Amino acid sequence: MSIDIKTMNVEPKRHTFAHVARRLGSDAPASRYEEGVYDLQATTHFHYRPLWGPEHWHFDEGRTQIKMSDWYKFKDPRQYYYGTYTIARANMHQTTDRNFAFEEKREMLANIEPEWRQMIVNYLVPLRHYEWGANMNACSISDAGYGTAITSAAIFTAGDRLGIAQILSRIGISLGNGTGDLLDDAKAQWMDGEAWQGLRKCVEDSLVVKDWFEALVAQFLVMDGLIYPLVYNHFDSEGQKHGAAAISILCEFMVDWNTEHNRWVDAVIKVAAKESEENQALLSNWYGEWRDEIHKALQPLAAMVLGDCADSALADVKEQLDKRAGKLGLNL
Amino acid sequence: MTPPRKKKMNLKQRYALMTRGLDWETSYQKMDDVFPYDTFEGIKITDWSKWEDPFRLTMDAYWKYQGEKERKLYAVLDSFAQNNGQLGISDARYVNAIKLFLTGVTPLEYQAHRHFAHLGRHIRGVGPRVAAQMQSLDELRHAQTQIHTISHYNKYFDGFAEFPHMHDRVWYLSVPKSFFDDACTAGPFEFFTAISFAFEYVLTNLLFVPFMSGAAYNGDLATVTFGFSAQSDEARHMTLGIEVIKFMLEQHPDNLPIVQKWVDKWFWRGHKMLGLVAMMMDYMLPKRIMSWKEAWEIYFTEAGGALFEDLSRYGLRVPKYADIATEEAEHISHQNWAIFYQYTQAAGFHTWLPTDEEMAWLSEKYPNTFDKYYRPRFEMWREMEAKGERFYNNALPQLCQTCQIPMGYTEPGDPGKIGFRSTEYKGERYHFCSDGCKDIFENEPEKFAQAWLPVHQIFQGNCGGADLGDVLKWYHMDNGADNLDYSGSPDQQQWDAWQAARKKVAN
Repeated sequence: MSIDIKTMNVEPKRHTFAHVARRLGSDAPASRYEEGVYDLQATTHFHYRPLWGPEHWHFDEGRTQIKMSDWYKFKDPRQYYYGTYTIARANMHQTTDRNFAFEEKREMLANIEPEWRQMIVNYLVPLRHYEWGANMNACSISDAGYGTAITSAAIFTAGDRLGIAQILSRIGISLGNGTGDLLDDAKAQWMDGEAWQGLRKCVEDSLVVKDWFEALVAQFLVMDGLIYPLVYNHFDSEGQKHGAAAISILCEFMVDWNTEHNRWVDAVIKVAAKESEENQALLSNWYGEWRDEIHKALQPLAAMVLGDCADSALADVKEQLDKRAGKLGLNL
Repeated sequence: MTPPRKKKMNLKQRYALMTRGLDWETSYQKMDDVFPYDTFEGIKITDWSKWEDPFRLTMDAYWKYQGEKERKLYAVLDSFAQNNGQLGISDARYVNAIKLFLTGVTPLEYQAHRHFAHLGRHIRGVGPRVAAQMQSLDELRHAQTQIHTISHYNKYFDGFAEFPHMHDRVWYLSVPKSFFDDACTAGPFEFFTAISFAFEYVLTNLLFVPFMSGAAYNGDLATVTFGFSAQSDEARHMTLGIEVIKFMLEQHPDNLPIVQKWVDKWFWRGHKMLGLVAMMMDYMLPKRIMSWKEAWEIYFTEAGGALFEDLSRYGLRVPKYADIATEEAEHISHQNWAIFYQYTQAAGFHTWLPTDEEMAWLSEKYPNTFDKYYRPRFEMWREMEAKGERFYNNALPQLCQTCQIPMGYTEPGDPGKIGFRSTEYKGERYHFCSDGCKDIFENEPEKFAQAWLPVHQIFQGNCGGADLGDVLKWYHMDNGADNLDYSGSPDQQQWDAWQAARKKVAN
């Protein structure tokens, strides 16, 4: 049978879909990312205005003030479609599982100084709620965003944030000797602890932002851009002085994920800013407003964890983020 | 000193901690501002914590299972492409069934991805929200894996290349598109009822089984592998559908009349849309699985009957007009195929008349209707073809304002008479194919009056021009390749050449 086929001339009529070929400039073989993403979202001739918001179609460019000539300029540098995304995360999480097993076998959490153990409950475990807020914003962007390039990457991010919230929950459960007691303590911190109220307010404010692109800037560029280096770099280093090597290991997923996630975020911001001066002004404005708010909100948290070193750490993460934003084309 | 490790929690407790505990009652912003959409429909939820998670999948488990399934699926797709799997199908006519699927269904999977993200953000209860997020991911999976599966067919056959462009424009594709637009523009609980319950739970077997079994029977290894791979996702979606219905009905007695109205509406909407699948099953598969009528009996009359008996304890009754839909199962595939035969010049897939053998099968499967009402018409058309007078209907059809299908359906109890209903709204007259479609309009006239009806749009000059050639160009339909009869099509010529080449090699 296979000999039959090999002797036959089976020539393809075309190498990819016509809409993909138009984007590539020719009928060249296309990648699975390109075929799975380009032009998948309906763009015209919608039938009914949403009962839940008749001012827009359910897919509508007008849900943000950012304007693009082509929403598929937001190509994901990771080229994630569902298959590559889930396989990549499954692999990353395998390492996380091994790290948890490694910690358990060596009982590494027991090496943490008791005071610092409490500190971890106060600074790290409550971040599961921060991640849940990020999950909500990611879902909003997938819901309200325009074009598959954005909406697919956004729902992957939503999955990531739920996954990270669950890793943080696992850390809390491990620290609580297999119970949820410390998750309750951490939630109490999030709800009422003084160190957290500024950030919780920022998160809640971001949840009612109507413009999905502003939510993207607030959450993925600014909040994550300040919080990830502050927590997983500065706070973690402080923990090293108190025997918390296990925490660095258990947070490896977040560190790796954040590096990868920033590649996507940077690509999106850069493309949007480059598109027009109007976009650049909007983005710069959002960036400035949210950066100041969040930076201020993080002060009591940083002070709780780092004491006297809080200001320099905050200044450092702010400087790094400003530098990054500048490179992306924002006016600071 | 190491504190003693306590015994492990059970799965349910662990899942609750990992998921349920994540949300909080906002205080810097009002909960109603954070969740603005989940109350306006009038569904009353008194206690979200009563939600039973139908499956307890943490994100790491999701990535693991789904990643594993993707690895296996893409291995099959790669091998299908490498081995020219398209040569192994029963007959090239089969490919037209997947043309209908890619242009009609795949864009809906994408819409489902978007709207489950909407629910995954906007439903107040964290349990259903997480379930909706996973379904949003799954639906994106289905859209993308369908494209990747069918990508190989696109390289060798016509009719696939412009699927998103066609989905937004072509007359019959407005049937599935408006169906899903309707669901996505409804409130979140109606969407759950429409898609998770009425479609995924009650009717899914009538979409999924015909296409995937059709693929299996017709040697389409790629599509059948996709189908198997998607099955465990579908099982989760169905479970979510039944859970949502029960939850709404258990939460408050005031919810029952609202839910019943939605069930009635979405059953009828689904029944009309699935008429396209009926036609695919009875006419487009060279190797047939079962008739639409048989599928309807198994999956709706029997399985649906048991389901609604179970739900009767909540006061929910069988959807309105279920009896009419069952009667129509004897007719709908024949009537739809006849519509496409007449309008083959504007269809993005090929048509043909059933062979003698196929007509004998149809007579056997439809003893009450086929010989009496439909065979004579097909035989007449066959005679006309033989005389070189192939029948084309060159008049644009009137469309039903609700389901958007040309008004070619007959009256219940009188298969000799075309059904016709109309109503007036704000001084305009609107037309319908059935009482079911008319009721739906009259319940929400302000919504359905907005419908983008392809025929009206052509007459208004919004579809590229006044003649067929203009409209086809606007559809990006390659005249002479994508449309018209299978006989004489480039698809057929190529298939015959392949068969001849194989024969030559075999001898």
